[in-house]
Amino acid sequence: MKRTLATLCLLFGAVGAWGAEGTIPLEKAHSSIDDPASLQRGARIFVNYCLSCHAASYMRYNRMAKDLHLTEEMVQDNLMFTTDKIVDTMQVAMRSTDALKWFGVAPPDLSVIARARGTDWLYSFLLGFYADPARPNGVNNLVFKDTAMPHVLVGLQGIQQPVYRTEQDQFGEQKKVIERLELMSSGQLTEADYRRTVRDLVNFLHYVGEPAKLQRLALGKWVLLYLFVLLLVAYRLKAEYWKDVH
Amino acid sequence: MNAVVKGLTGLRDWIDQRFPLTEFWESQLTGYYAPKNFNFWYFFGVLSLLVFVIQIVSGIWLVMSYKPDAERAFASVEYIMRDVEWGWLLRYLHSTGASAFFIVIYLHMFRALMYGSYKKPRELLWIFGMFVYLALMAEAFFGYLLPWGQMSYWGAQVIISLFGAVPFVGEQLAEWIRGDYVVSDVTLNRFFAFHVIALPLVLCGLVVLHLVALRQTGSNNPEGIEIKASKGPDGKPLDGIPFHPYYTVKDLVGVILFLMAFSAVVFYAPELGGRFLEYNNFVPANPMVTPAHIEPVWYFTPFYAILRAVPNKLFGVILMGAAVVLFFFLPWLDRSKVKSIRYRGVRYRFALTVFVISFLVLGFLGMQPVTTVYTWMARVFSVIYFAFFLLMPLYTSNDNDRPVPARIGTR
Repeated sequence: MKRTLATLCLLFGAVGAWGAEGTIPLEKAHSSIDDPASLQRGARIFVNYCLSCHAASYMRYNRMAKDLHLTEEMVQDNLMFTTDKIVDTMQVAMRSTDALKWFGVAPPDLSVIARARGTDWLYSFLLGFYADPARPNGVNNLVFKDTAMPHVLVGLQGIQQPVYRTEQDQFGEQKKVIERLELMSSGQLTEADYRRTVRDLVNFLHYVGEPAKLQRLALGKWVLLYLFVLLLVAYRLKAEYWKDVH
Repeated sequence: MNAVVKGLTGLRDWIDQRFPLTEFWESQLTGYYAPKNFNFWYFFGVLSLLVFVIQIVSGIWLVMSYKPDAERAFASVEYIMRDVEWGWLLRYLHSTGASAFFIVIYLHMFRALMYGSYKKPRELLWIFGMFVYLALMAEAFFGYLLPWGQMSYWGAQVIISLFGAVPFVGEQLAEWIRGDYVVSDVTLNRFFAFHVIALPLVLCGLVVLHLVALRQTGSNNPEGIEIKASKGPDGKPLDGIPFHPYYTVKDLVGVILFLMAFSAVVFYAPELGGRFLEYNNFVPANPMVTPAHIEPVWYFTPFYAILRAVPNKLFGVILMGAAVVLFFFLPWLDRSKVKSIRYRGVRYRFALTVFVISFLVLGFLGMQPVTTVYTWMARVFSVIYFAFFLLMPLYTSNDNDRPVPARIGTR
């Protein structure tokens, strides 16, 4: 039986390693939700830069206040622009019909975007804007080609331009591919500060995607500890009963 | 104290005169003899029952806040995740429970393949179990539409469209199932009805039949020796022990170990890397946008891989169905006199190993985008999958099985 188990483990392991190939390289955000200060900074960026077009219509302000260790007054005074009710969700003032007209696509709700796209993708997306005169907004994006979204954080980051290298494709033809992005004109923040700001924002979206994550991570260890103690008792009980089975 | 005991005894006697309570307890637990040599693999029966209860209980509470309405379904799930007290826990128990159900059922079935638990006299027990598995697949399929994400929507669209492959009436049949030309609010409502009422009722009934059949034949065991063949002077099997208390206390250990693994997923990895909750299902269903890559949840992927391996749609659907239905015939395909793999010959051991590998590889392939190499791999492993069943009468009838001892523990 042990041999069977070991074989199964090996098989699963092999399948797992195999499945890891072929993913698009994204920048690692190393996103986490256990730094309240980062979440607070992220919330500020979010309401100032994102919430004018993107709603987070499942996220309530008072829930955010509680989870981010802010008082309801602080949230009302600094983070609420579209409503004055603390129990409201993060709605957007822009009508979706207008949005459709202006951008060609309604900006998606960001409530669970971090769960759908992943935090690394969001991080790479927000770092990946570069100047592209062919696009209506003047920018394109490395991870979301031809995105309809303008570079909202351009004032903070500045403008990047692509650095190309030529590569031979499988048919032997020369092709220009983007090797990396470099800053053409700088914004208000240094590159390191911009990365930190984007990470704060990604952390906040990570939190917004699943506010209950704070609860479940905090509760999980106690559940496992309880079950472990129960296991010891149950095991002793089993051993006691089974003494007389030969 | 004495008065309390007297009162309780009186109550028991009062009930026993009107309802066979003590008789039931004795026939099902203290007087039900199980082989004394159950190992790790024998936990998965009770664990299936445990997961069934988890699904029913968490499901009842989810229904209290879920809205089966195409306009509101996705939002109501997020409402449960955020605004309902402990709603996130209920939802993760249910979503993790769905995958856990298939894990324990697959391991339970694998146990039966290893120790020949489907063989005479347990053919009906096996068939009831297979019907449980079929009902469970339907239950999972209907339930998966309810969160109304992109994968819910397009997964249902793909699976229902398979019925379109049926000659002559295919398109009408698919339309009749959907109740619409595409998957829509109508489909969601009927799937909800099936998921929360029809199939749970069917499952309950089948589980009872499965257990009644088990009580009739008694459990098989890792040695594949019938304990009823060697009884003591008191008429009790010599190698058997009363289910209660011996296996109730032992199963409790297994249950707690399982709950630890289960809780680890619920609390620390409820998405399990996109396998238990697919990332694309956090995008609301959009009938106008087809996702680039549609894949079913992991527990259906072996069959999905078989479907895609066949160039002809109708033939693919037939083979996919056959891949499940063939399990029903195992008791008659297997010609060996020996039950347990411990005494079976090298041919069956080899066949079972290769079958498990092909099932896992097909499961992996069903999750991958279609490429030429993967399609050919799926074809090769589909052939192996079917060969396990179809060649079974040949390789089991002249296998070099070893003699089985009469008693457990005398090997």
